[in-house]
Amino acid sequence: MHAELLLERLTKIFRGRGKPVVAVDHVDLEVGKGELLTLLGPSGCGKTTTLRMVGGFEIPTEGEIYLGGQRITHLPPQRRPTATVFQSYGLFPHMTVFENVAFGLKVRRVPRAEIRRRVQEVLHLVGLAGLEDRPPGKLSGGQQQRVALARVLVIRPQVLLFDEPLSNLDAKLRVETREHIRRIQKELGITSLYVTHDQAEAMAISDRIVVMNQGRIQQVGTPQEIYLRPANAFVADFIGRANFLTAKVVGKSATETEVELTSGLKLRIPYPFDFSLGETVKVVVRPEAVDLLPPSEGELVGTVVLAQLTGSLAHYRILLDSQEVLEVEVLGALEKGLLPSGTPVGLRFHLKNLHLLPA
Amino acid sequence: MRTVAKGHRVLGRTVKGARVTRPLFSLSRSPFGRLVHDPVLLLVILSVFALIGLFVVYPLVRVFAASLFHRGVFNPRYFLYLFEGRPYLLRPFLNSITVGVLVAVIGTMVGFLYAYAITRTDIPGKSLFRWIATFPIISPPFLLALSAILLLGENGLITRWLFARFGIRWSVYGLPGLVLTETLAYFPLAFLTLEGVLSGIDPALEESAMDLGASKLRTFLRVTLPLATPGLAASFLLLFIRSLEDFGNPVVIQGRYPVLTVQAYLAITGMYNLPLGATLAIILLVPSVLAFILLQFWVGRRSFITVTGRPSTAGLHTTESYVKWPLFAGLVILSGIVLLLYGMVFYGAFTELWGVNHAFTLDNFRYVFSTGSSYLVNTLKLAGVATPLGGFLGIVIAYLVTRKNFPGRRALDFLSMLNFAVPGIIVGMGYVFAFNTPPIQLTGTAAIIVLVFVFQRMPVAIRDGVAMLQQIDPVIDEAASDLGAGFFRTFRRITLPLVAPALMAGMAYMFSACVTSISAVIMVVSAKWQLVTVALLHEVDNADLSQAAAYGVVIVLVVLGTIFFMDFLVRRVLGRWRHAR
Repeated sequence: MHAELLLERLTKIFRGRGKPVVAVDHVDLEVGKGELLTLLGPSGCGKTTTLRMVGGFEIPTEGEIYLGGQRITHLPPQRRPTATVFQSYGLFPHMTVFENVAFGLKVRRVPRAEIRRRVQEVLHLVGLAGLEDRPPGKLSGGQQQRVALARVLVIRPQVLLFDEPLSNLDAKLRVETREHIRRIQKELGITSLYVTHDQAEAMAISDRIVVMNQGRIQQVGTPQEIYLRPANAFVADFIGRANFLTAKVVGKSATETEVELTSGLKLRIPYPFDFSLGETVKVVVRPEAVDLLPPSEGELVGTVVLAQLTGSLAHYRILLDSQEVLEVEVLGALEKGLLPSGTPVGLRFHLKNLHLLPA
Repeated sequence: MRTVAKGHRVLGRTVKGARVTRPLFSLSRSPFGRLVHDPVLLLVILSVFALIGLFVVYPLVRVFAASLFHRGVFNPRYFLYLFEGRPYLLRPFLNSITVGVLVAVIGTMVGFLYAYAITRTDIPGKSLFRWIATFPIISPPFLLALSAILLLGENGLITRWLFARFGIRWSVYGLPGLVLTETLAYFPLAFLTLEGVLSGIDPALEESAMDLGASKLRTFLRVTLPLATPGLAASFLLLFIRSLEDFGNPVVIQGRYPVLTVQAYLAITGMYNLPLGATLAIILLVPSVLAFILLQFWVGRRSFITVTGRPSTAGLHTTESYVKWPLFAGLVILSGIVLLLYGMVFYGAFTELWGVNHAFTLDNFRYVFSTGSSYLVNTLKLAGVATPLGGFLGIVIAYLVTRKNFPGRRALDFLSMLNFAVPGIIVGMGYVFAFNTPPIQLTGTAAIIVLVFVFQRMPVAIRDGVAMLQQIDPVIDEAASDLGAGFFRTFRRITLPLVAPALMAGMAYMFSACVTSISAVIMVVSAKWQLVTVALLHEVDNADLSQAAAYGVVIVLVVLGTIFFMDFLVRRVLGRWRHAR
C-alpha cells in the first residue's frame, strides 16, 4: 500500500500557564491513497490535535508530516492541499451557499464560468441544488453540514480532513449523513482522515481505525480486527462493551488456545494467542457473545441481578458463582419476554468471538 | 538534503515507509519559519511592531531620557530632589495619590450601589438611570469641573448664596472639587464593571444560600459581596488609574492643591523646564503602571472574567421596600446631581456673563461659531481622520493577538495596551520630545495630533476589537485559510465584513473620545492646529465661563449627534446583515 499521507513521530505539547500538556505523543501513521482512516478515542485523546496538525492549524512540537512524499509539516493551511470539514462547519455567515462553495475557487483564480459549473456540479452531488442563494443561517443543520462538505470537495483536495463532522446532527441524520459522506468519498477516491469519538460511526465509515488514548496510538486495524481482537483492555472497553473474566491458559496449539475460568470451566478458543501455558489472562467477552439458556443446559450457571429492556435488546447483569459479573445482551427480548431479577440461568459462550488479553 | 529510508513502528509492527526527503537543518521548526511561508502576515506583523515601537514605545523612552539626562549628561537631579522631599515634587505626588484613592474608593462604592440597585432590585426607571450614568463617559469629563465652578466656584451660584445668606466664604477649588468632579466623572466606569460582575453571578448561588436558611443580609455579605470582590478590586484600580491621569478636571479646579498631571504640563509649557516636567511625568507613571499591572493580574488570574461572563437571564430581585427605596432615593440624588451639573453648563452657555449678568443671550454661541469655528472644524477633521485609522489598526492588532501565533505576540499585546496605563499628558509629552526635531519632525502639524489620537485611543480600540472577534467562531477564519485564503484575503473578505457593524459602533465612540480628548493633545496643539477642547480651557483660564460653557454645549451636541447617527447607521446595516443570516 502506497502511503499518501505519512505522520512521523508527530508530537504536540501545549505549554499554557499550567504545566505542559502532551496532547499528541510520537504518533506514527500512514494513510493509503483513497483510504478513509478514522482517529477514534475519548475526548482529550489527541485525535483532533493530530488532525489539526495535518490541516496546518497547529504546528507540531516534534515530528513531520508528508503528503505524497512532500514534507508539509510547517506549511500554513492555505498552502496545503488538504481541506477540512469542521465540527462547527465554519460556514461564512455573510455569504450565500454559492459564495461559500465558490470561495476556494475564487482564491485559486478559477475562471468565473468554470466556478459556476463546478459549484453547480458539487451542489448537485451533495444534494443541495436549488439552494445556491440561501445564506447558511437559513439552512437546517444537515444542509449546513453538506455545504461544508461541498465547499471542500469543490477544490478537489488531495486529503480530506473530517473533524467530528456529524456531532452537531441528531442521531437519525447522523446515520444518513455518514453513509452519504462515505459514498461520496469512495466515489471520488479521496484520501481521508476522519476524527470521531463515536465508535459506531467509526466502525461504519472506516477502512481502518486508529484507536487513540492519552496522545498515543493504541491500535490500528480494520473495524473487524479492532472489535474482535482488541490490542489491550482500553481498546476492548472503548469499542463496544466488554466483560473481562479471569482465566488461566491450560492448552495451546497452532490453531487454538484453551483457558480455564475460575469456576473450572474450560474454553477452547479457536485462535492461536501468544501466551505461555499456565499464564493468567483476561478473557474478553462481548455482551452478545453469550447465550442465555435454562440452568441445566448452560456451561456455566449464574443469577440475573439486573434486567432492562432497551428496545430490541434485553440487557442482563448476571452474577456468576465465581462472584464475577457478566453483562449480557440478548436479541429478540420482546418475543421471549424479560427474565426477572433472581432467575437462575445457564450460559454458553460463542468461542469464536472470545479474545484473550494479558491479565 | 539527504534521503532517508525509514521504517515506522505502528503498534509493535514495523511497516515499510515511504521514501521521504528531509533537510538536514530545519529553520521552519520555529514559528518564524511558519511566517516565511506567509509573507503578507509577516509584513503586517513587522509593520505593526514598527508602528507601536515608533509611536508608543519611543516617545516614552524619550520622556525617561529627558528625566534622567540633562544636556546629554546623566543627571537625575529632580529624582534626588524628590527623595530629599522638596515640596514642589513631593506634594503633587501625595496629592495625586490622595485624590486617586479617594475617587477610587468613593467611586467604586457609588458604582456598586448603582449596579446593585439596577441588577438586584426592581426599582422603576432603570433605563433612565443607566442612560444618565453613561453621560459622563461620552462627554468631555472636564465639563463637570466647569459646571462645578459655575455652581461652587468663586462666582458660583451656590457660593454666592452661601455668602449672602450665611456669610460663609467657601469655594470648591482644591481637594473637594477634585474628588467631587472626578468621582462623578468616573463612577460610571465602576458601575459598568460591577453591573457586569453582579449580573454574571448566578442567582442560583444566592437562592441556595437563602434556601439553606441565610437571611438576605447574610446572603449579601457572605455570598454576593465575596463573589463581587474581584470586580470591586478591578473597579478600584480602574478608577485609581483614571483619576491619576485626569488632566481636564484638575487643570480647571485644582486651585492650590496641585496634582502631577497639571504640574507636569505647567513645567513644560509654562516653565520650559523639560527635566522637571519629565520627572513629574515619570513619578506619575509609576503608580499608574503598577495599578495597571495589578489590574491585569487580577483580571487575568481571578475568576473575574468567568464571573463577568454572560449576564444570566433572571436576576434575583430584592423587593423589600426598606432596601429598594433608599437605593432608589440614592440613585435619584446621584443622577440628579449629574443632570444638574450638565444642566448648569447649558444654562451658563445662554447667560451674558456668569456671576455678574445672567440675562439670556445667544452671543456665546455666535462667538463659538465665529472665533471658535476653526477650532471646531479642526477637531472634527482630525478626529475624522484619526478614527478610521485607529479603528482599523485596533482591529488588525486585535486579530493578530487573538487569532495568530507568532514570536513576540505577548510583547505586542502588552505594548499595544501600554497607553491605557500611561497618562495622556505623558503620551503628549513624549510626542513633543520625540518628534520635535528631525528625522521625524512633526511638531506643529496636524499629523502629530492625528497620531496622538490614534495611539492614545488604541487600547480601547483593541479591547473592542478583541470583544468583536470573540463573537466570531475562529473556525470561520480557519476554514478560509484552509480553503487557500492568505492572511490578507481572510481578513478582508471574512473578518472585516463580519465585524463591520460592531467596528462602526466602536468607531463612533472613538470619534467622540477624540473630540472630547484633552490631556495628550494639549501638549501637541499649535497656533495653526488648535482644538475645541483646548479653546474651552483657555476660556476657563480667562474666566469667560459662559463662553466656555457654550463650547461645552457644542462638544456635547457633536458627541451625541455622532453616537445617534452611528447608532442609526449600525441599526440599518446590522439589521440588513442579521436579516441576511
